Amino acid sequence: MQAWLDSLIARGAFGPHPSPDLIYGAAIAIACALVLFLVAVPFASIVTWVERRVWARIQSRIGPNRVGPNGFLQWLADGFKHICKEDVVPAEADAPLFRLAPYLVVLAFILPWAVMPFASSLILADLNIGILYITAVPALTVIGILMAGWASNNKWSLIGGIRSAAQIISYEIPAGLAIFPVVLMTGTLSMQGIIRAQGWAPDRWFLFANPFCFVAAVILFISGLAENNRTPFDLPEAESELVAGFATEYSSMRYLFFFMAEWGNMFIAAAIVVTLFLGGWQFPAIVQSPRLMNLLQLATFMLKCLFLVFVSMWIRGTLPRVRIDQMMSLCWKYFVPISFINLLGTAVWVAIFPDGNRFTQWLMLSFGVAVVLLFLARVVAFTRRARMELYFHPTI
Amino acid sequence: MIAVIVFWTLAVITVLSAMITAFSRNIVYSAFALLGSFAGVAGIYLLLGADFLFIIQIFIYIGGILVVTIFAVMLTQGVADMNISNRIVGLIPAALIALLAGAVMLEAILRTPWPHPGTAALNPTTHAIGNAFLGPFLLPFEIASVVLLAALIGAIVISRQAARAEA
Repeated sequence: MQAWLDSLIARGAFGPHPSPDLIYGAAIAIACALVLFLVAVPFASIVTWVERRVWARIQSRIGPNRVGPNGFLQWLADGFKHICKEDVVPAEADAPLFRLAPYLVVLAFILPWAVMPFASSLILADLNIGILYITAVPALTVIGILMAGWASNNKWSLIGGIRSAAQIISYEIPAGLAIFPVVLMTGTLSMQGIIRAQGWAPDRWFLFANPFCFVAAVILFISGLAENNRTPFDLPEAESELVAGFATEYSSMRYLFFFMAEWGNMFIAAAIVVTLFLGGWQFPAIVQSPRLMNLLQLATFMLKCLFLVFVSMWIRGTLPRVRIDQMMSLCWKYFVPISFINLLGTAVWVAIFPDGNRFTQWLMLSFGVAVVLLFLARVVAFTRRARMELYFHPTI
Repeated sequence: MIAVIVFWTLAVITVLSAMITAFSRNIVYSAFALLGSFAGVAGIYLLLGADFLFIIQIFIYIGGILVVTIFAVMLTQGVADMNISNRIVGLIPAALIALLAGAVMLEAILRTPWPHPGTAALNPTTHAIGNAFLGPFLLPFEIASVVLLAALIGAIVISRQAARAEA
């Protein structure tokens, strides 16, 4: 892109004496904005439709199917409806903070996409500290949610906001510690570096590298659910007790912002797990063309992430909400000590087997395959016993 | 050129937020204004090419300290009450302390031979920082860890005592 810009400058497209810095800066800013608004926002919106369809299926309903084919354009209709609604600011609310809060939440959801490793050369910025960045920046969400909860001047909102903050700062600790086993093994914090250290085949994934990594991956995924206020940890917006928690007083587009950020953050949490433990975009080099290769890698990465997002929808449809004391004891009494043991265990493992242990990898992989096969066998057995008429619809 | 614009924008954001923190009549506004101050400082670290410091600033100050501060402010009784904090306690002592501290800082700023940041791109700094922590600066690092641990245990002991006294 720089060469193209240079040729434009040489041809005098920006006036006789342009400042190259300024033009590069503007071009990068525009490119980032385009990528984010063409990828991040539609993605987070389409996921709302997917979630409603999946959830409906789990509850034996059909779900939204009126707008577009199978309701696919429901997200556009929802967005349009919300923009057309009146944006109410309660009379007793703290208006400036009330208006600012949704933007902070959206900012926290937009920023991590900068280091999202879609493919070997499809990444906005391969920072040296990418993995720390992608785990640290979502912390801004907490501030937005606390601000929303306080500024609404509503007890439900305040309780929701405080619950959310308590939950996010608690689960940040196991989530942060779960990253370090992988950092110990690769010696890098860059997203691409971590992915390059893995292979396309599951036996080269860090998920199966050693037992500690497997536990770390599970902890990271569950902490991701908790940090994004997803079921079974959706206490901050518990509909039955807090109306909608911190979002109770919001209406119109501001309300939608919170939920768009929630769905987008779920994708980001999935992407962190995929990058660290599931081999990221790694795909066998079957074609020569770098462009085609990047497309295949992009598809691999997206499929893996979407699978994890689907798992979170599945969990949301099937699990009840936990109590707040259960949630806190899960974090502080189980996850934090286990994470520390994981970290020490991985350090010892790396000291003993600096290049990894193939036998353990194969053993763990076969164990994983056995668990998946057992699960499928039980699903088949139960459906047979229930004499259920399976209905596979192509669009869920 | 761009660097200068970015620097001044960040500096203005940092100082303005710090001023809101110091002068706001509403303690909640003070707490939230810290966000701009911390984020501005993080931006300046990034501008200087200190990527690790930048991310740690966000991790610790925005993700940790700021959240806990806001949390504590919100759990305070009567937060919106204007009389509970941020009052000028004494004009003359405050001015004296500000003047003294300002003089010391000005002296330090003028005496320090500032390295020119140059135009180097983001070089990885993490390895060097890690090696420094576990090499030449091992003792200060360990002492700081022990002090933090002692503070943690102290906080738990104090809060447990209060809880026991209530029960």
